[in-house]
This record gives sequence, structure tokens and C-alpha cells, in this order.
Amino acid sequence: MQEHHAYISLDTSSRSVGADALAAQLQATAVQKPVTLTLTRTGTRGLFWLEPLVEFATPEGRVAFGPLDPLGTDEIVQLFTDAGELNVSHARYLGPVDELEALQRQTRITYSRVGIIDPFSLDDYVAHDGFAGLRAALTMQGNDIIDAIADSGLRGRGGAAFPTGIKMRTVAAQADKQKYIVCNADEGDSGTFADRVIMEGDPFLLIEGMTIAAVACGASQGYIYLRSEYPQAIDIMNRAIEMAIAQGYLGQNVLDSGHAFDIEVRKAAGAYICGEETSLLESLEGKRGMVRYKPPLPAIEGLFGKPTLVNNVVSLVTIPDIIRLGATQYQQHGVERSRGTLSIQLAGNVKRGGLYEIPFGLTVRELVEDIGGGTATGKPVKAVQAGGPLGAFLHPSQFDTPIDYEAFAAIGAMVGHGGFVVFDETADMGEMARFSMEFCAIESCGKCTPCRIGAVRGTEVIDKIRNGENADANRILLRDLCTTMVDGSLCALGGMAPFPVLSVLDHFEDEL
Amino acid sequence: MKKIPTASIEETTGRILDELADLPGGLLPILHRLQEEFAYIPAEAVAIIAHRLQLSRAEVHGVISFYHFFRTTPPGRRTLYVCRAEACQAMGGKRIEEHLRATLDVDWHGTTADQSFTLEPVYCLGNCACAPSVMLDEQVIGRVSTARIDALIKLAGSE
Repeated sequence: MQEHHAYISLDTSSRSVGADALAAQLQATAVQKPVTLTLTRTGTRGLFWLEPLVEFATPEGRVAFGPLDPLGTDEIVQLFTDAGELNVSHARYLGPVDELEALQRQTRITYSRVGIIDPFSLDDYVAHDGFAGLRAALTMQGNDIIDAIADSGLRGRGGAAFPTGIKMRTVAAQADKQKYIVCNADEGDSGTFADRVIMEGDPFLLIEGMTIAAVACGASQGYIYLRSEYPQAIDIMNRAIEMAIAQGYLGQNVLDSGHAFDIEVRKAAGAYICGEETSLLESLEGKRGMVRYKPPLPAIEGLFGKPTLVNNVVSLVTIPDIIRLGATQYQQHGVERSRGTLSIQLAGNVKRGGLYEIPFGLTVRELVEDIGGGTATGKPVKAVQAGGPLGAFLHPSQFDTPIDYEAFAAIGAMVGHGGFVVFDETADMGEMARFSMEFCAIESCGKCTPCRIGAVRGTEVIDKIRNGENADANRILLRDLCTTMVDGSLCALGGMAPFPVLSVLDHFEDEL
Repeated sequence: MKKIPTASIEETTGRILDELADLPGGLLPILHRLQEEFAYIPAEAVAIIAHRLQLSRAEVHGVISFYHFFRTTPPGRRTLYVCRAEACQAMGGKRIEEHLRATLDVDWHGTTADQSFTLEPVYCLGNCACAPSVMLDEQVIGRVSTARIDALIKLAGSE
């Protein structure tokens, strides 16, 4: 009998392409062969083109096989030799996981545990440096914690890129007794899944990050506003919170420090606008997700009128490592004013789509061609949409732009939440521009006119241009409308939805 | 679809409110629980919720109608969410959309005549590296083709 320890991802994306069927087949195979199998379900390595993937522990580290056909019984039976040993001459044998080029090119800090640990095991988390950041934070003054985060150069990873340390300092400076930590897990941008991957693969990290933020800011209640499209992430976070409470990491007396902190998961309800922080707060208060005027800033008057730190999942999960490793170590990665690593999500029509944690500074071309391997269809790349549905479509002539906040802003693009969606030459850019306006019309909260009416009119004008009705005059009208929306909208939805439209007008002029 | 007796709606809504009415900003959790129970939010529940939370019926209705996820009519036995966002479009998602609307003979938000499926658009399932994607109730399915969709409909429709 050969003993084997196998690891298969339970991540939604892995399951969506057959990880569960693979797990079942593998267990059935173990019964047929002289194999004693232990199976652990982990988060994902983020190498989605290799899923469904199985890894096995060996004395030299884990080795992997993938992508496997979960219904291809023979392929799975052949993972083991007749003697029950791993079949390293298998056509899908990938070799040692750590030596995979796609992982070697990364600097995994925030995602260092995802794909390795069992997300339901608090012991596993602790054995991999888990809660070391919180334990260190509990020995520090709140101001020192915030200084470390400010020194690290961390900027909000949700999309707005506001310095996280400054926001925390504002909340901490408020005298109110009741303060809140709100985690924005309403990851609605198309092409993004970094929040989900972390919540499904390393849920205690989010709990730890929120708890450190709470200690630093003096908050006692946290909420995770988590989208309804992520049922498994909701389930995993809820289970992790229960375990953390049972072990004293959350509750009235966090690790006997005297700090009280609780976290509640609140399920969102399918409104894209609720990813905007003030709309999110309205929704948490049980109202329509209508955007608020700013000021007052949520850091001063946020949830239920109290000082509230609203941060994206990725910003919060970066905090434990900054505290554990020190600001300098995190800060040394990246370029210019974009410090640390970015969790890039490469998706759409691309050969090697997945999650890549990489220091800022890589160019779009390196990302799409070297890392992504070009399009899945093998056709030339026509455009890359960066930063979600409100981000510009980048033309190949712009692909040498380094991925950093300022370099992107200089070409009218945005890094946003780090999503990059690749399109091949068959994409109809006029249709994509229309979709941007249509999406804005569907998702507008309706509070301000430029967004509510502008998006509807924008869709109509684009239809006219595409039908050849007064095309030249309507192009001028469309640009005018875009300017009105950019300048006059209350929040980023109406204020940025024109960017993809303008990028099509500027760079794909034959198509709109 | 069989009508849910008013007494049952009143009893269930009351029970959910007993548990959640004191939750700060608890209207969304309450509506989610109701929809878990009934698969939609029955009109009879609105007045009960409004009374208990000291809101107007218009306010409760306004919240329900704001969010795409909440429904006020019963769905089919299975709900098929189809991602319409950019990453899926880049991988031929439009073909999946058109194929489904033709095969099921319904438009967005519609329910098939035999009550087996409701078709809902969704803007990103977060499965963008395995596009195009759909979600059947709570199960996300990636790298779908029209052939896979046909097999899925056949299987799910017969369950």
C-alpha cells in the first residue's frame, strides 16, 4: 500500500470546471489501486488554465497534474502506477508546483497561503504564520500600527487607490465610542475575483486583517458586505468567523487583550453600485443603495453616522503581513508611488488566465503576452480592458505602459481592482462601448441626473452612430455627453462609465 | 405554481422578524431570509415587515425593487443566471445568451412555460478566468459551450 496526500482546490472557479468530479474520481481510483489516499481541499493556486488540478505531497514538495478531464476515468486512473506510486510519466504531469513558471514569476505575499492550506483549519492557518500579525499588533500602540501601514505605501486595492494609512488615521482620530470596520467584498467588476479567491482560500486572513484594523482604529464591530453571487465565499467566511470566535480570536476579549471585536457577514443583493462605499453603507443600514454626498467622509460619518473604515478585501488582507514583516519589507516591492504587490486578475480571452500576485511595474504587454500567453483563441489581441467595466479599453499601442497607478492615470486608464480582460480581434469595440453605457444605465442608483439619464441617452446615441444616423454629429454629441457624465456625476459609476466609451472613440475609431 | 397560504406567510414573516428585527440595519437580512423560505418576497410580507420595522410600505417596497437579487414573483424550479459581463463576452458569452433565450423561449427575468427555469442576467460571477460562465441556482459552471448548456438544461430540467 502506498500512502498519498492529495490536494484539490475547492475554489468556485476550480469547482466550476470539475474539481469536485475530479475529487470523487480520485477517491474511486484509490480504492481500485494499492493506494491509501488522504484528500485535502484547499483554495486555488490561481492558475485556472491548469484546473482541474491535483497536487500530491512528496518528500521534495508538492507535485501537480493538470488540467485533468474530470470525466476522463483513464486519465485519473493513470495518475498511479499499478504499484500505487505516482505516475510521473503521465501526460498531464507538471512537476514540482514551486517550479511552475507561472508561480515563479510571482511574489506571493498576500496570497502566500492560498492553495496550500486547508481554509477550514485554524491550526493550519496558525502553522503558516497566521495571526502573527495580530499578535504583534496587540503589543503595539494603535498609532504605531497605522504608521506601519502608512509607511508601507499601501493604497486601497478596491480601485480608488486612496492611501489606506491616511484613512485609518482619520477614523482613529475620531472621539466616538462606536466605530465600524466595513469590508467591501462586493466585488462586482467584471474580470475580478481576487477577493473571492482569498475569502474561499484563506478566510482567517481577512478576519485577522479586519481585527488589526479594528484594534488600530478603536472599532468594536465589523461587517463584511459580500455579494450574493458568491454563495460559497459567504458560507466559508461564516464558518471561519464561528471558528475564530470559538478560539478567542474574535469576541468580547480578542486574545485576552481587552479589545472587543465582532464580525458579521452581510449578504449583498446584486446591485453593482453597492461596491461604491457610501452606497454600500446605505445598503448595510437596510436602505436602497443610493450614493451619498461626500463630505462627510465615511471615516468621519459613516455607518449609522459613526466613523467607519471602509476597505476592500485585498487592502485588509495585506495588513497582517505588513505588521508581521514590517513596512519596509512590503514597501520595497513596486515602483514610484505604487508600492507592494498587486493581485492581478487576468481573464477573458487569454490562454493562461488566473490570479497573479506581482509587484507593480510590469507592463501590460508582459502580462498579456509573456504571462498570459496571448489569447485563448490564438488570434491577435485587439484590446485589454483594465480596471473593470469603468476602465478604458487599452489599445495594443499602449501595451508598454507599466502597471502602476500614475502611469495608468497618465493614459486615461486605471488599475482599479486589478482586473485585466483580454479581447481578440473578433471583438466588436462599438458593441463594447454600447455595453458600457447599457451597464451604467442598468446599475445606476438614479440619484444624479448625468448618470441616470446620461447612460440611457449614451446607449441611444451609440445605437444611432452604429446605424449610420448622423454619425459624425452624433459622435460629437457622444463626446459631449461623456464629458457631462465625467464632470457632473456624483460617484465613479457615472463619472467613469464614459472612459471605456471614450477609449473606443479615441483608439478604435473605425468601430464607433 | 401553488399559491402560498397567507397564514403561512404571516407566520414565517413573523418568525423571521422575531429573530432579526432588532439587527441594526436588518432589512436586507430579513428580505434574504424571506426569499430563502419562499424563493421570492410575497406581497403580504411587505406590510408586516413595514409595521414591525416602523417603516412605510413604500420604503420596504423601495428596497426590494432596488436590488436585482430580490424578486416579487415566484421563480421557476431552477434559476439560471447567465453572466453578461465583459470577460464572458470576450469568450463568446453572447452566443450563450442568445442560445439560452432561444432554447428556453424566454427573455431576461422570464420563466419557462413549464415553470422549470427562470433566466436571469448577472454581471459577473467572478469566474472570469474560466469564461463564459453561468450559475444554476448556487452552482457556478465555467467554460460553457452551447452543447454543455443543452446537456445542463436537459439534466436540470429532468430533476
